[in-house]
Amino acid sequence: MSLKLTEPLQITVDRLTENFTDKIIEVYQSSGDTFIRIEAGSLKEICSYLKNELHYIYLSDIFGIDRYTSEERFEVVYNLLSLRDRTRIFLKVRCEEENPELESVNDVWPAANWNEREVFDMFGIRFNNHPDLRRIFLPEDFEYYPLRKEFPLLGIPGSIELPGTTPNID
Amino acid sequence: MKLTDIQSKVHSTFFKEHQRKLYQSLEDKHTTIEELDDGDPLTTKMILNMGPQHPATHGVLRLVLQLDGETIEKSKLDIGYLHRGVEKIAENKTYQEFMPYTDRMDYLSPYSNNVALCTAVEKIAGVTVPERAHYIRMIGCELARISSHLLWLGTMVMDAGAISFFIWTFKEREKIYDIMDRIGGHRFTISHARIGGVANDLTDEATASIKEFVDTFPNELRDYHKLLDRNRIFIDRNEAVGVLKTEDALAIGATGPVLRACGFGVDIRKLFPYARYNEVDFDIPTRLEGDNLARYYVRMEEMSESIRIIRQCLEKMPKGPVRTDNAKQAYPSKDEVYYSMEGMIHDFMMTDTGICPPEGAECYHAIESPKGELGYYIQSDGTGHPWRLKINAPSFTNLQVLENMLDGEMVADTVVIIGGIDPVLGEADK
Repeated sequence: MSLKLTEPLQITVDRLTENFTDKIIEVYQSSGDTFIRIEAGSLKEICSYLKNELHYIYLSDIFGIDRYTSEERFEVVYNLLSLRDRTRIFLKVRCEEENPELESVNDVWPAANWNEREVFDMFGIRFNNHPDLRRIFLPEDFEYYPLRKEFPLLGIPGSIELPGTTPNID
Repeated sequence: MKLTDIQSKVHSTFFKEHQRKLYQSLEDKHTTIEELDDGDPLTTKMILNMGPQHPATHGVLRLVLQLDGETIEKSKLDIGYLHRGVEKIAENKTYQEFMPYTDRMDYLSPYSNNVALCTAVEKIAGVTVPERAHYIRMIGCELARISSHLLWLGTMVMDAGAISFFIWTFKEREKIYDIMDRIGGHRFTISHARIGGVANDLTDEATASIKEFVDTFPNELRDYHKLLDRNRIFIDRNEAVGVLKTEDALAIGATGPVLRACGFGVDIRKLFPYARYNEVDFDIPTRLEGDNLARYYVRMEEMSESIRIIRQCLEKMPKGPVRTDNAKQAYPSKDEVYYSMEGMIHDFMMTDTGICPPEGAECYHAIESPKGELGYYIQSDGTGHPWRLKINAPSFTNLQVLENMLDGEMVADTVVIIGGIDPVLGEADK
C-alpha cells in the first residue's frame, strides 16, 4: 500500500528511515493515521531522536494491545504529538509472551510514568528503569492482568479480597 | 518518615500488599531530600490519608500526603477505586452497545463522550455523517462543556469557602439538563449521538430552549465575573496556588484547560478540527501564569466561547437528515422499522451484529472534551466487536500532573488545587 503522507510526516518518516534503517520494521497507514513499527531494542534511542530532532515533544498516551495467538504477543503503542508540525504518529513495539519487558521512556517524556504503569497493570508488561512501577488501578494483591485475552470477562471469583457486608462490631 | 514508622502507626486491614507498596513509594519519592533530614524532634511530620471518601476529592480519589507542619512535603495519588474495566467490556460489546457506557466515563459531560466514540467508529468504518448532524453534535458538545465547567466552577468556589455560589451554578446546570431532556429524552446520561449521526432531530421546543439559554446565560456569566474577579478572598486562595510551570506542562503531559493556563494554545478543535469546528469562528483562551486563578479565567472564557459557537451553529445549521441513510452503517429511522420488513431486519442486524469495520483496521480519533484531549483508539478484527478499544482520558493525564504539583503546597490548598484540575474519577479510573 502506498502511503499518503503530509509534508511534515514525510520528513519524519524519511529522517527516521535514514538514521535507523534497519531498526524500522514497517511504516503503514490505517484510516488516515500513521503507524511506525520499530525494533524493541532501539526504542529509547528512537524516542529521544523523535523528541529532540523531530519535535515530538508531547506524549499523549501509551497503551498495550494483546495480539493473542500471534507471534510476539504483546504490542505497545506510543501516541506522539508534534505541536509545531500539527502531526500525530504512533510508534509501535512488540514483545514476547514470556516475561514481556521494555525499556521505560520516563526520562524522555515524564508523562510516560502513569501510562506505563497502566500498561503494566493491564497486560503485565514490565518497564525497565521505571521510577515507580506499581499497579495503578488494581490493588497490588491482585495477581492477574485483566486486559489479556485469556482473562474472563466476569473475572475470577475469589481473586480479590472484598469487605464484608456486615459491619465489624468490636 | 521511614516506612517502618508509617507501618507501625497505620494498621491496614485491607489490601495489605497494596497499602505497603503505596507507602513504600511515598517513602521513595525524592529520596535525596529525605537523606538531608536529621530526625524529627518536634514530631511535626505526619502522613495524611485523604480520601477516597473525602467530599472534596471529586469522587473517589485518594491522596497520601506526607506533611511537615502544614506544608506538603511529598504526595502520592492512589486511583482505581472506580475501576470498572470499561475497556474489557468494550471488547465484548458491539460499538453501538458500548456507547451508553461512555456516558458513565466523564459523567459531567456525557454528550462529548458519545461524540468521541461515534466519531472514532465513523473514522474507522468510513461512515459519512450528514451536515445537520455535525451541527447538532457541536451544539450538544458545547452545552456539555458549559455544564461541566459550571460544575467545576461551583465546586471549586465551594472548595475555596463559598457555599451559595454552588447553588447558583447549579441553577444554570439545571437549565442545561432540561435542554438535554428536550434534545434526547434524558437529563443526565443522554446517549444522543449515534454511529452515523444522532438519534433524532432537534424539536422546535428544544431549539427554542437552546436559544433562550444562549440569550440568558451571558448575563449569568457576567454576574459570576462580577462576584469573583475582584473578590479578595477568592483571589487570595487561588493566586499562585498550584503553579504548573510552562516548561513542565508539556513534558508532564497536561491537557485541556490546565495546559492552556500555562500558555499553550493547544486545542484539538483547532489542531485537528473534527465535526464542523473549522467553519465556526472561536478563540482559544490562554493564560501564562499556570496557577489556579489562570485556570479559572481560561475556563470562564471558554464558556463564553462555547456560547459563541452555539450561536453560530444555530445560524449555520442546514436542513436535512440527521443520520446516514445506509442501513449497513447506521440504524434505520423508526418510521422505517415500524412500517417495513427490510427496516425491521436492518434494525435487528444493527442490534445483533452492528457495524463491522474492515479487518486489521486501526484508528485514533480525539476530540476536545471539557477536560482536555479525549481520544479513542480502536483496532478492529473484522467483527462487530472491537479487538481493542483504548480510551485516552484527559482526567487520567491531568491527575498525573496533580501528583507533581502538590509537593511544596499547603495542606489547606489541596482541595482548591484538586478543584482547579477538575478531575472526574469515572473517566480516570476507566
